[in-house]
Amino acid sequence: MALESKIPAGNLAEKWSTYRSTVPLVNPSNKRNMEIIVVGTGLAGASAAASLAELGYKVKAFCFQDSPRRAHSIAAQGGINAAKNYQNDGDSIYRLFYDTIKGGDYRAREANVYRLAEVSGNIIDQCVAQGVPFAREYGGLLSNRSFGGTQVQRTFYAAGQTGQQLLLGAYSALQRQVGIGNVTMHTRHEMLDVVTIDGVCRGIIARDLKTGKLERHFANAVLLCTGGYGNVFYLSTNAMGSNVTAAWKAHKRGAYFGNPCFTQIHPTCIPVSGDHQSKLTLMSESLRNDGRIWVPMKQNDNRHAVQIPEEERDYYLERRYPAFGNLVPRDIASRAAKERCDAGYGVGASKMAVYLDYAEAIERYGKTEANKQGLSDVSKEKITELGKAVIKEKYGNLFDMYQQITGENPYEVPMRIYPAVHYTMGGLWVDYELMTNVKGLYALGEANFSDHGANRLGASALMQGLADGYFVIPYTIGSYLAKDIKTKPISTDHEAFEKTEKEVHSRLKKLLAIQGTKSVDHYHKRLGKIMWDKCGMARNEQGLKEAITEIQALKKEFWENVRVPGGLYEFNPELEKAGRVADFIELGELMCHDALQRNESCGGHFREEYQTPEGEAMRDDENFAYVSAWEYKADSEFVLHKEALEYENIKITQRSYK
Amino acid sequence: MSTGNMKLTLKIWRQKNNNERGRFETYPIDGISPDMSFLEMIDVLNEQLINEGKDPVAFDHDCREGICGMCSMYINGRPHGPKQGVTTCQLHMRSFKTGDTVVIEPWRAAAFPVIKDLAVDRSSFDRIMASGGFVSVNTGNAQDANSIPIPKTDADEAFAAAACIGCGACVAACKNASAMLFVSAKASQLALLPQGQPERSRRAKAMVAQMDKEGFGSCTNTGACEAECPKGISISNIARLNRDFLSASFFAQEEA
Repeated sequence: MALESKIPAGNLAEKWSTYRSTVPLVNPSNKRNMEIIVVGTGLAGASAAASLAELGYKVKAFCFQDSPRRAHSIAAQGGINAAKNYQNDGDSIYRLFYDTIKGGDYRAREANVYRLAEVSGNIIDQCVAQGVPFAREYGGLLSNRSFGGTQVQRTFYAAGQTGQQLLLGAYSALQRQVGIGNVTMHTRHEMLDVVTIDGVCRGIIARDLKTGKLERHFANAVLLCTGGYGNVFYLSTNAMGSNVTAAWKAHKRGAYFGNPCFTQIHPTCIPVSGDHQSKLTLMSESLRNDGRIWVPMKQNDNRHAVQIPEEERDYYLERRYPAFGNLVPRDIASRAAKERCDAGYGVGASKMAVYLDYAEAIERYGKTEANKQGLSDVSKEKITELGKAVIKEKYGNLFDMYQQITGENPYEVPMRIYPAVHYTMGGLWVDYELMTNVKGLYALGEANFSDHGANRLGASALMQGLADGYFVIPYTIGSYLAKDIKTKPISTDHEAFEKTEKEVHSRLKKLLAIQGTKSVDHYHKRLGKIMWDKCGMARNEQGLKEAITEIQALKKEFWENVRVPGGLYEFNPELEKAGRVADFIELGELMCHDALQRNESCGGHFREEYQTPEGEAMRDDENFAYVSAWEYKADSEFVLHKEALEYENIKITQRSYK
Repeated sequence: MSTGNMKLTLKIWRQKNNNERGRFETYPIDGISPDMSFLEMIDVLNEQLINEGKDPVAFDHDCREGICGMCSMYINGRPHGPKQGVTTCQLHMRSFKTGDTVVIEPWRAAAFPVIKDLAVDRSSFDRIMASGGFVSVNTGNAQDANSIPIPKTDADEAFAAAACIGCGACVAACKNASAMLFVSAKASQLALLPQGQPERSRRAKAMVAQMDKEGFGSCTNTGACEAECPKGISISNIARLNRDFLSASFFAQEEA
């Protein structure tokens, strides 16, 4: 199947407005008869479900959590980007577009990213209208801060809980539609397959997690807003339930998987403390606005941080990247931390950590605050006290979280941080309209591959999720549904529904019947270790080949020896996990294939064979300026398709933050 | 890397489903590290139960960083355990001593029926939100975000109310199983902002009516909810909702 990206013709800046003005419409009386399924209720799913219901479509929404408000978008901390230029510091749609393409190391589509930048301002307007309490200045206007990979202040935020506030806004819009009856909400339901009839997506099979019963649901279109697959690494900043199952089932039913190996390792997370660890906790990138990252200049320096004098500290990001300093993009900051730790300069008990230090910011803010309050002859203690209060207001909840987890007080001693898996740029391949190559099946938000290239900039995930849901899909879905108005609701007694449900059922039965000796978590941890060691922050040909063999062996063992307790028709969290881990194992193999074929380094994909003498990623635009879109053929058998990336408006250069 | 040597006795509420009676079961556990989170300790127990061919303990959890509001354990008689201002997932075993007996129960409230063991159904909260916990603004209606200046103190106060994670600890802590702290936090967030004014009265009445319909108890101002709220939601929100509800009832013609 040829990949058709459906990018509209015309000038970059006019593509979206021309498209919006010419896309076919569905008239209101037809909308009332058309059903749309939205799977997942994070930022992309909740905003899409609410907006489509407002337009008049009949929407059915599904989430595996007990409430749509608990989707993992809730945990995003730092902020959301928008090209408002409220700070008068030179921001513009073009600049947000340019920063995103460059930040993604020139592996994203120009047209999609430009559209994202164009609608970014509307998102902020919409959220404020819903009552999202963004941070404000004393004049009553919205406050901004900086994030990595940019030199303007375009990030809107609500303390360190921006994702929570944005999701609660989208959730309130969704619940309003639920109350009116335009959305039927299915909580504690997990999508376990998509149903296609003659190659067109016509519904899903879902499992009611409370009763264990399988259900069939018809729709004219199905939207997968099911987030990313970072939990393939077992340890990540994702929620425990975050999974690839919906996207993977779609993949096995024909949807291509785009750039699966592009994963984001976030530089500032709380380091692993022991084998019992079930997840990793992020410390927001916003902390790099004020925190300075350093390691001792001496290897294996066991002194306490405060005992190491200023001249014996290596602020390695400021040293290597003077133009962006501590605010280089995530992939670069993560690799630099790994490089220092691998070279023996790491700190803490495990030596796999670097410092993130606030001492200087506390002093700087303290002095400003003393000036503001008109204090003279201020003691050093008073300045520190005033500075700590400012830091508390800006980052208080993050500092509390750090202290709770580590038992250390970050106001007194520098935080110890290390990179951790955080986000996946890869996802289901979609065209400009966000449709996968399976007709009627869409992917929005982190579940698709489209906007972040090989590395996502901070505060852009929230932007993309809400852009897709509020402002893109309500238009683009019309292009497809306008042609589907004659389709009458298809009975779920149709043989395609029956057959798919049977397949889902027999797979669940099979998992329960194995009754082996090892738990699901046991296999998940082993998969995670293979992925982190061989397909993580640094990859090489030999390691990836080994990983593929190891994963195939792990898969075999899993299906022979996993132990899933309980039954099918009951609340059974272990069975849920088993299905997800089985899918992660298959995905892990595909990720390694993808990383292996991409003989270059770009963004979060760092192949050790391809680096500059200074250790920077070395792209190969001549041979790899494409999206890899994988087709599922059979077990462990994938076929690579390529969508060439054309840059008409941006000159591709070696990315530099020096 | 930490390997633990804490030993504990766990008394955990086991209940197959909402139709069957539950009971406490006792589980000795050792090898616990003080660096583990409380839920990681339960993971260890479940791994042990699975290996012994027994049914693992069902419990709700997801983000494990204190923000999703999914975890909901009643530990030694307190929702989210002994520490102030944290959820169960953020509670670490260093808050316990080796040899301790730890009693773990689900949230107990008529409006939160048990699904299995420690997992309860909190969909009543969603229905309260659907009854009025929103500003009626369709996508695309909004004006420029900076066209409504909002005093920083108001925005901050609205944010403090909006920090509620909807976990239900307030209900679990309350002797009447009242949901007033939750409902008032949601209503207050919007009552404190200009965007929320047009529907302020209608919202207060609708949300309170739905709350009553769900079978939550009445508020008698004991303040246990505020004391146990992991996000420090203030009881002053309840006073605000009561005022709004009363004035909405007095000036019913506003509805017209």
